Amino acid sequence: MLNKEKEEMTKATNVVEMTAGDNSMSAFDVERVRADFPILEQTVYGRPLVYLDNAASSQKPRQVINAMSEAYETYYSNVHRGLHNLSQRATDGFEAGREKIARFINAGSDDEIVFTRGATEAINLVAATYGRAFLGEGDEVIISHMEHHSNIVPWQMLRDEKGITLKVVPIDDDGNFLLDEYEKLLTPRTKLVAVTHISNALGTITPMADIVRLAHDRGALVLVDGCQALPHMKVDVRALDVDFYAFSSHKMYGPTGIGVLYGKSDILNTMPPYQGGGEMIASVSFEETTYKAAPHRFEAGTPAIVEAVGLGAAVDYLEALGMDNVAAHESGLLAYATQKLSAVPGLTINGQAKEKAGIIAFLMENAHAHDIGTIVDRAGVAVRAGHHCAQPVMDRFGVAATARASFGLYNTREEVDVLVEALAAVRELLG
Amino acid sequence: MLDDLRELYQEVILDHSRNPRNFRHPGNANCEAHGHNPMCGDMLTIYLSLDEDGIIQDAAFEGKGCAIAVASASMMTQILPGKTVAQAEKLFSSFHDMCTKEDYEPFDTDDSNGEDEDAMERLQMLSGVRQFPIRVKCATLAWHTMKAAVAGDGECPLVPVSTE
Ligand SMILES: Cc1ncc(COP(=O)(O)O)c(C=O)c1O
Repeated sequence: MLNKEKEEMTKATNVVEMTAGDNSMSAFDVERVRADFPILEQTVYGRPLVYLDNAASSQKPRQVINAMSEAYETYYSNVHRGLHNLSQRATDGFEAGREKIARFINAGSDDEIVFTRGATEAINLVAATYGRAFLGEGDEVIISHMEHHSNIVPWQMLRDEKGITLKVVPIDDDGNFLLDEYEKLLTPRTKLVAVTHISNALGTITPMADIVRLAHDRGALVLVDGCQALPHMKVDVRALDVDFYAFSSHKMYGPTGIGVLYGKSDILNTMPPYQGGGEMIASVSFEETTYKAAPHRFEAGTPAIVEAVGLGAAVDYLEALGMDNVAAHESGLLAYATQKLSAVPGLTINGQAKEKAGIIAFLMENAHAHDIGTIVDRAGVAVRAGHHCAQPVMDRFGVAATARASFGLYNTREEVDVLVEALAAVRELLG
Repeated sequence: MLDDLRELYQEVILDHSRNPRNFRHPGNANCEAHGHNPMCGDMLTIYLSLDEDGIIQDAAFEGKGCAIAVASASMMTQILPGKTVAQAEKLFSSFHDMCTKEDYEPFDTDDSNGEDEDAMERLQMLSGVRQFPIRVKCATLAWHTMKAAVAGDGECPLVPVSTE
């Protein structure tokens, strides 16, 4: 292991000490956590920044920023190529990122971790390789009504190209995934079930263990869009027995530009390559090219090297805090915010599923989401307003846009209070 | 905090957004376009009736959007009747400058005529968006769509408009 990395590990271990021996929520010292995020120290429009747009992207702790600067300042070069010292160290740093991710989600091996640009590319990769090679006319792909566009459009493109059938699992008025309806949609022609683990538009946590069991009973594979789950709860891909799991680094306190496709290695190794180029080949002549095994087969070209280092540092950070502690802190916040927001006159929460993560989408009487966003912004509060890249679910509820507060591990109850106060200003201004 | 916001959400604007004028689908419209702001999901359809001299006889709209987008559409449909297409486009250009340029000076063009001055004065109500650059698209959606309607484009997704 690199010295600098050891240092980062020690830094991260310090974070552990603050919760040592006690896993209860009260041991999660949110003020200590906040001190790790330089960006949170600022004021906007003269108000302390209240960042509640974590579902869009989360902020980065100093540990991630430092690990990346460190890489650029001391051992950056290309990976898997040079015999020289820097290339070796850069390769070690890059592959250490892969190992950390594998451990974090409990993959069977590092080879099951394919680096991509993000969740979007991870899903497209499966559609373009597995989908194109193994799905044909009349084969069925099942998605849910609350998917992000990135888990809808690639399947529609495959439908148009290959003639597959796309089926959609309905949800109820609270945003619950309807397991019974899902079961009815499964047929012997169902080849793949592609569903989100947590809806970014509603906050619903889907019943993944049941979804996977039912799919596997019919011989279908399961791809999970885990974008919103990874930063908020412990994910064990082998316990869930999912076949593919896609996520983005930037939503889990890591850098942009990198994401992950987890795939079971026996499946990945049957899939054709994604893009052609360097890094993914075993040998090339003009007559014939042979490809490397997974994951390298799917990683053509120079990868996001320093981003992998940053993602590794983000994993270290989350592990040091403990995902159970993070989840407990956020579910406390969700309960508090749900209660506070429900009490705001004229406000309705869109998405009240039985199992929810720290995402609250809401509507207000006489106030369009966009106006809410602008007004609370002046109070220093960052929320998202819009369709959240999930238009079909917005149509399901007959709304064009909602405002959305989404929580991260550094948010506090006081910040929820600031949001609630800002919503009073919305009412004052817009009636 | 509330000062800039009060400037943006003036009573007149709130009135137009709550009770939009010309909110209807006229049977005799001969130009229409659908405007969409993908960032926030605002959608407007603008209907125009042009006579053979290119004069706008009637303007109306339908759709959903934030207070600024709806108020702007409502005000636009009141302003356009009686104007030529060229005048309407010129007004849009002045209005756009008003929404985006800090040093915008009203009515300093030689060829401005009394009527347009009057229109610009009414549009001044929306100049509060200058302090909210991200909302300029809301204020101009109706006008972009009007332009698409007279050009016969039918669709006006605001994606290509990157200058705002
Ligand atoms: C549920 C969900 N899936 C997929 C994505 C796409 O992620 P990215 O844009 O990082 O590829 C997002 C992010 O917006 C998301 O929230």
